[in-house]
Amino acid sequence: MAITIAKAEDRATVTTHAARIEHVSKSFAGPAGRQLVLDDITLDVAPGEFVTLLGASGCGKSTLLNLVAGLDRPSAGSIDTPGGRPALMFQEHALFPWLTAGKNIELALRLRGVPRGERRGEAQRLLELVRLNGAYGKRVHELSGGMRQRVAMARALAQDSDLLLMDEPFAALDAITRDVLHGELTRIWEETNLSVLFVTHNVREAVRLAQRVVLLSSRPGRIAREWTVDIEQPRRIEDAAVAELSLEITEELRGEIRRHGQH
Amino acid sequence: MASTDTTSTASKTDDLAGLEAGLDALEAVQVTRTPVREVLVKKVLPPLVAVALVLLVWQVLVSAKVTDEYKLPAPSAVWDSLATMWLQGTLFDVLWTSVSRALLGFLMALAIGTPLGLLVARVRFVRAAIGPILSGLQSLPSVAWVPPAVLWLGLQDSMMYTVILLGAVPSIANGLVAGVDQVPPLFLRAGRTLGATGLRGARHIVMPAALPGYLAGLKQGWAFSWRSLMAAEIIASSPELGLGLGQLLENGRNNIDMPGIFLAIILILVVGIAIDLLIFSPLERSVLRSRGLLVKS
Ligand SMILES: Nc1ncnc2c1ncn2[C@@H]1O[C@H](COP(=O)(O)OP(=O)(O)OP(=O)(O)O)[C@@H](O)[C@H]1O
Ligand SMILES: [Mg+2]
Repeated sequence: MAITIAKAEDRATVTTHAARIEHVSKSFAGPAGRQLVLDDITLDVAPGEFVTLLGASGCGKSTLLNLVAGLDRPSAGSIDTPGGRPALMFQEHALFPWLTAGKNIELALRLRGVPRGERRGEAQRLLELVRLNGAYGKRVHELSGGMRQRVAMARALAQDSDLLLMDEPFAALDAITRDVLHGELTRIWEETNLSVLFVTHNVREAVRLAQRVVLLSSRPGRIAREWTVDIEQPRRIEDAAVAELSLEITEELRGEIRRHGQH
Repeated sequence: MASTDTTSTASKTDDLAGLEAGLDALEAVQVTRTPVREVLVKKVLPPLVAVALVLLVWQVLVSAKVTDEYKLPAPSAVWDSLATMWLQGTLFDVLWTSVSRALLGFLMALAIGTPLGLLVARVRFVRAAIGPILSGLQSLPSVAWVPPAVLWLGLQDSMMYTVILLGAVPSIANGLVAGVDQVPPLFLRAGRTLGATGLRGARHIVMPAALPGYLAGLKQGWAFSWRSLMAAEIIASSPELGLGLGQLLENGRNNIDMPGIFLAIILILVVGIAIDLLIFSPLERSVLRSRGLLVKS
């Protein structure tokens, strides 16, 4: 635990990974006995790396993120996040409706131990980072879906964790808003030394964002294949290179899904 | 990563910012306050019309002499009773005796019901042990507690407070339990990832998230406090207890003073509604509105 005392800049050099998932399995008690959801997952996220985890609906992506976030324990295997508790962004914004946008961020700062006098300025800075300068005093219900997700992103960043876990955070947004948020996420990731593990079932989104795409098979979830994405940022979701790799990955994903129909 | 020349990156960023500003402007919800005039016309006028109609029907019934005058007094007779009490200076004493008792009793119920509700909501054994009894108690009319309370404590203020507590504590505790039960699990998980666990979780997540349910419980708790007190005052009247609204009603029956009885009933009703309208409804509405849970009609 000595590592957690080290400053953020030191950590990246001290450790070789932002998250290390080793031989992790997870099963739940279901109606038909124990159901194996994740089977022997081994995955490293390097410091500063952007990894997307891709898989069909119900393959256990959220389960895996919850394990990494420490919200649940693996049935077997181990998970190491040397930077301490990772930040987590959900598919729903999960902002607290009894607080304003700014106060949501300040609560995260407060729980992190930031002194009272510095919270407001820091919250304003984080809102500027997601380009929501005027949203400090806004209530959650006064914000649009895209703005809510940006506040949620600012709140996650307020945890000042090395590792950001994102569970389909843009799935409920329209295409243009999602495009914009992809741009923002890439920019913020480039500006900070954040490592990101991003879950999605959208192949193009995975390719648009990641340095590495990891494909999970379904029932039980296993790592099926992974791709390194060598396309220069800033990318766009319509780029030919993005489309080409997406096509290849989609074929593989279809194969995975088809395999389940055969028996 | 960004090996593109700086100008194109910069223009791309500007592009994004502009697009985003446009989206924000398009999607942001406009919040406007209703003008005072509209509030008056939509909220204040209808109940006033209703009251005027009731008075009118009442007067018509009296004028048509549908029944004896000692059974149905004229509105003016009730008004005269009110004026008499006002002139004697007893009106405020009577009101204050009852209202102060009810509010004090309510505050005591709050102090007991809140921790009790938290215990039932959070401790599984306590819930299994007294949860069902607590919700069952809500359906027991609090007037049932008056006879035992009189025998336990005699004709004293403490007996009144006992009846109020037995009526209001279950409502307040149950409201809090319902509020805590309805906290979305997503908030609890979000709180945990932010580091709000244990007591910090209760303080920063569970309590604020449960506030609407708690307030609904308080509102009901007030109604039960007031009803319980009136039951106690009517049944257990005694000179040592001072003159409250319940005793006023009971005195009216003993003196066969129908205008006095009507006045007492109206005052009981008005006080109950007024406290609700002045304290609990605004509190509840402001909480719901700030969370976007109140849809403007
Ligand atoms: N707490 C639980 N108890 C029992 N089964 C669970 C639990 N959580 C998840 N599961 C099961 O595990 C499987 C994977 O669920 P998970 O939510 O991780 O999928 P996912 O990949 O995130 O899917 P989606 O893309 O729809 O979000 C599902 O079949 C689900 O029924
Ligand atoms: Mg999921």
